[in-house]
Amino acid sequence: MLKIKNLRASVDGKEILRGIDFEVKAGEVHAIMGPNGSGKSTLASVIAGSDKFTVEADELSFEGEDLRDMSIEERARKGLFLGFQYPVEIPGVTMANFMKIAVNEQRKSRGEEPLTAAEFLKMMREKAKVVELDAKMTSRAVNEGFSGGEKKKNEIFQMAMLDPKLAILDETDSGLDIDALRIVATGVTKLHTPQNATVVITHYQRLLDYIVPDFVHVLYKGKIIYSGDKSLALKLEKEGYDWLINDYKE
Amino acid sequence: MPRHFVPRNDDLLFLRSFPFSVLIPLRGLFFLAARKNANKFAFFARSASSVPFFSLFLHDLYLRYNLAERMKEQNIDIKTTIEESDYKYGFTSDIETEFIPKGLNEEVIRLISAKKEEPEWMLELRLKAYRHWLTMKHPTWGHLDIPEIDFNDIIYFAAPKKKKQLASMDEVDPELKATFDKLGIPLEEQKVLAGVAVDAVFDSVSVKTTFQKELAEKGIIFCPISEAIREYPELVRKYLGSVVPYADNFYAALNTAVFSDGSFCYIPKGVRCPVELSTYFRINAQGTGQFERTLIVADEGAYVSYLEGCTAPQRDENQLHAAVVEIVVERDAEVKYSTVQNWYPGDKEGKGGIYNFVTKRGLCKENAHLFWTQVETGSAITWKYPSCVLMGDNSVGEFYSVAMTNNFQQADTGTKMIHIGRNTRSRIVSKGISAGQSQNAYRGLVKVMPKAENARNYSQCDSLLIGDRCGAHTFPTVDCRNSSAQLEHEATTSKISEEQLFYCNQRGLSTEDAVGLIVGGYAREVLAKLPMEFAVEAQKLLSISLEGSVG
Repeated sequence: MLKIKNLRASVDGKEILRGIDFEVKAGEVHAIMGPNGSGKSTLASVIAGSDKFTVEADELSFEGEDLRDMSIEERARKGLFLGFQYPVEIPGVTMANFMKIAVNEQRKSRGEEPLTAAEFLKMMREKAKVVELDAKMTSRAVNEGFSGGEKKKNEIFQMAMLDPKLAILDETDSGLDIDALRIVATGVTKLHTPQNATVVITHYQRLLDYIVPDFVHVLYKGKIIYSGDKSLALKLEKEGYDWLINDYKE
Repeated sequence: MPRHFVPRNDDLLFLRSFPFSVLIPLRGLFFLAARKNANKFAFFARSASSVPFFSLFLHDLYLRYNLAERMKEQNIDIKTTIEESDYKYGFTSDIETEFIPKGLNEEVIRLISAKKEEPEWMLELRLKAYRHWLTMKHPTWGHLDIPEIDFNDIIYFAAPKKKKQLASMDEVDPELKATFDKLGIPLEEQKVLAGVAVDAVFDSVSVKTTFQKELAEKGIIFCPISEAIREYPELVRKYLGSVVPYADNFYAALNTAVFSDGSFCYIPKGVRCPVELSTYFRINAQGTGQFERTLIVADEGAYVSYLEGCTAPQRDENQLHAAVVEIVVERDAEVKYSTVQNWYPGDKEGKGGIYNFVTKRGLCKENAHLFWTQVETGSAITWKYPSCVLMGDNSVGEFYSVAMTNNFQQADTGTKMIHIGRNTRSRIVSKGISAGQSQNAYRGLVKVMPKAENARNYSQCDSLLIGDRCGAHTFPTVDCRNSSAQLEHEATTSKISEEQLFYCNQRGLSTEDAVGLIVGGYAREVLAKLPMEFAVEAQKLLSISLEGSVG
């Protein structure tokens, strides 16, 4: 589904990603961990198409198509979803309106008719249940005045609405209390199917109690320096990154 | 003991590309020290105090009835008048045309008056205004760069030209058609706007007749002002110039001297106008004059909602539009006046476009309520301040504005709230949007006179910047002479951030759609005040006007 070979990304001449190889297949769940500043969010942004970075790669493709030829919105419409670490506020624009445009743009790109207002409302009510989101939330402005937990739930609600093939969740667990974490993580798990894939970027093992990853990768200084299975996350939780980093020092 | 505050003046917010936000809640009295702009402010304040208002302005669109019909009539009238009269005014060579030659002098004014078969008093008023105008100088206090206007290079009277009729929609400029489609204007209506011969399906004449009958039954008068001057001289004479006197300002004087036509609306005592005059007016007049004059009178306890303008793009060769709108809101009456202005703004290099210099003012008597709502997206230069003179006790004035400028457009717009009566209240919500290399200024005056006990005002003026080459400026002025007044002012300046665009793009929205959405959200509070169908179109209009401003 997603194939990345030797991906390098820099901003203002400073190289942040320094040769990443990464592949995600349908049905898989990947976790990316790593110390602060190792390039995790950059990786997510680059895959989503942010133009802040200068990108080079031997391969950067999604479902066999070269991502580099696609704008951010084209990638999104193909089924690539990024759950933001810091979702932005859009004052005066209701969630319902925002999602209606997003869903219909996606449908349009697939050659489908836009949803009617009734269909859309029904869909919105159903999907709101995935993350136990109060349906009233959808008449509020996008993220405006939302609490930290509401913002993260709202990201997963949007993921449910857009039903992406690949979801990259950037620290969706940060800033959540235990209940909110359970709701958000269970929501993500419910949305997982053998046809789609999820990449979670996280600092904490506890998220992975709910979202069980097939692979865990450690990103450090712009490279994936170690990959393992779920047990790697537990080991990192206990021992930190030092053993890996020391190991890695050339 | 009045306290003096110096509110943060955002007027230096030129070309700033960083997000910037100020919030200034102020209670009590404040007085604006004019800093760099002392001259402008002084002028603004002085003129404001001598006559309640100073503003220039422009012309909007106007929807009247089916114009073709009226134009035809008028052409005939004029021709007949000219042919029958001996043409004592010395323009013999032009008898066949519908124009008076360029230039402005008393003869021209007499001719305009004669062509409109006006009574003597109207001619006298025009001449008085003209003589006064000659003594006036073009104002310079606006935050505007206005090329010099040669007032002798303007044709002051041309019978509304009938546009060349096109045989089908296929002949319409594709760009214009694309805009109609984006606005979602019904096909039949598009035809009228584009000047295509309309078939019987769209019978605006009968629509007009139906409404007129309904209005007449209630005693509502709604007609061209030239007709009102002939048919209802007492009413017109009583109110014309009572809110905007001819000596008010340069363009009000010019307008009074040469106005070509406009609308007159009178709602009798206790009558609630049953239709939004907008729906009735839906089809815009083509070729309305440059100098429009509108007079709306809501008698005691009456109510009317009036919409001027049209969201469809208006093309016009006339460069200068100087209109005057006067509204009289008698005791217990309520008037809502909404404007959507989309005149030709000039091209992307800033060539051409309309100068829209308008004086709009309403006079509120006891318990009266006046709402101004405006969405301004067109014109090369917009210069206007729809205002309220809150004369009667307990009267209320509200002003809601979205002014958008793109490319090289300039706007200097806002309002004046003059509190004269006791317990008068006013509310100002102004949303400026600047894109491209445009300059957008909010200028407002809140004035509380000594007898205005317990006056209250709330002002909010927000600016949104798109890109890093535009400017947003705020010139709020407060002149408070009664210490029981409560005045609040809030202001913010913001930018559409990269993060917002990335977020929207990531959800599958194109950048253009995202900007339109964000701007619509920003302007929502004002758009919500418009009649429903126009609110939807106005939102689309904002997006369209922004095309090409990003990316």
